[in-house]
Amino acid sequence: MKEIQVMDVMEAVGKMCIKANTELPQDVRNKLEQAMAEETSSSAKEVLRQLLENADLAMETKLPLCQDCGLAVFFVEVGDDIKVVGGNLREAINEGVRKGYAEGYLRKSACDPLTRVNTGDGTPAVVHFDLVPGDKLKIVFMPKGGGAENMSRVTMLAPAQGWEGIKNFVINRVAEAGPNPCPPTVIGIGIGGTFEHSAKLAKKSLMRNLEDTHSDPEIAAREKELEEALNALGIGPMGLGGKTTVLGVKINMEPCHLASLPLAVNVQCHSQRHEEVVL
Amino acid sequence: MAEYTLTTPLTDVDTIQLKAGDVVFLNGIIYSARDAAHKKLFELLDSGKELPFDLEGSAIYYVGPSPAPPGRPIGSAGPTTSYRMDSFAPRLHSLGMKASIGKGKRSDEVKAAMKEFKGVYFGATGGAGALLSNSIVESTVIAFDELGPEAVRAMKVKDFPLLVINDCHGGELYVKPKLDTAE
Ligand code: SF4
Repeated sequence: MKEIQVMDVMEAVGKMCIKANTELPQDVRNKLEQAMAEETSSSAKEVLRQLLENADLAMETKLPLCQDCGLAVFFVEVGDDIKVVGGNLREAINEGVRKGYAEGYLRKSACDPLTRVNTGDGTPAVVHFDLVPGDKLKIVFMPKGGGAENMSRVTMLAPAQGWEGIKNFVINRVAEAGPNPCPPTVIGIGIGGTFEHSAKLAKKSLMRNLEDTHSDPEIAAREKELEEALNALGIGPMGLGGKTTVLGVKINMEPCHLASLPLAVNVQCHSQRHEEVVL
Repeated sequence: MAEYTLTTPLTDVDTIQLKAGDVVFLNGIIYSARDAAHKKLFELLDSGKELPFDLEGSAIYYVGPSPAPPGRPIGSAGPTTSYRMDSFAPRLHSLGMKASIGKGKRSDEVKAAMKEFKGVYFGATGGAGALLSNSIVESTVIAFDELGPEAVRAMKVKDFPLLVINDCHGGELYVKPKLDTAE
């Protein structure tokens, strides 16, 4: 059994919170640059130019890329052959969030749903644990902004609606969201599982590298089909029109009940911040 | 599309000339207020109390900045999504607010209020909070400190870069999604 100290988890999480919020990942930067090269409208180009300048400035000043430093979302893969010592893993992650959000001058955006009183330290984080074989602890972090999250939806389609139904729902969702979620967006789609699992699948798909291709060629083709359809909407950067409404579409699919076709659309903004660490 | 440099407080003369798509560099004092602050402002209005700032000619920025690190007046400070303030904006326009600053679509009621009271809706680039903070030279909390990032701040801005999204003549800059080509 490999032992992992909670102190090391806390340190790593604290650093990740700061890095993710201040350094735009390379895959996202590449996509924005590619979009800038392809856009012909001057307003679309100007928005993309500002976003790239913003990323440079954040890197240089350590100011967060966006004032909305998100609700802290984690996907944690716990290897069967590790033992976390010195405390509780979930608490160590929350402690790392407290530390990172305080030391990085990040905005703490967690609040009571009804009284709206801020918890003051960015916690509790939303943590999804998964048990996997091996002796590693993998922590993937995403600060999830509220603007894009608010545009997300879960729906239970009838099985007969199939791919066409899925496609229609996604297109209408992105069209309806329009400029609200800070386009160009990344669309994470969860298909299958149960009501709650589809949403988790969608969220998890957003953790993928933007430039990767799905390992299943059939799903990869559907991702491409949707990406083209969504870009044909012409919403463009910040809703000012243009070729780039989305930077990417990611699909995560699992079997579901005979009677159901759960579909979750998790909208993510261009500030597609994500970080991971393996301990 | 024209370019203007304007200073708050804004007047009818300032806003009537603006058309959707125009670029405006805004100067002077603007006030930050988002969800929780709007609720508190309305409680004050409903109980006949004075607001923490003068609405006449004002520009309200829908923003909840990140904390100011040492040596800077403010942290990242980009716009939040405006529709959540749609239920508040018409009354504020009727009481003198000239401009709101945010991102995303407004309701028909807000657009009608802008027509009636010569108001304007400016868009700032969402997710460019670090860059936009460069145009904010001073920031002071003037009310509801307990709201943290949602407190009302008086922000002094220098050439704050904005786009006219909705003007007071019914013009709108946002494009309509082309649903027919997508499906
Ligand atoms: S949607 Fe994303 S980029 Fe836009 S304000 Fe929210 S977190 Fe920032």
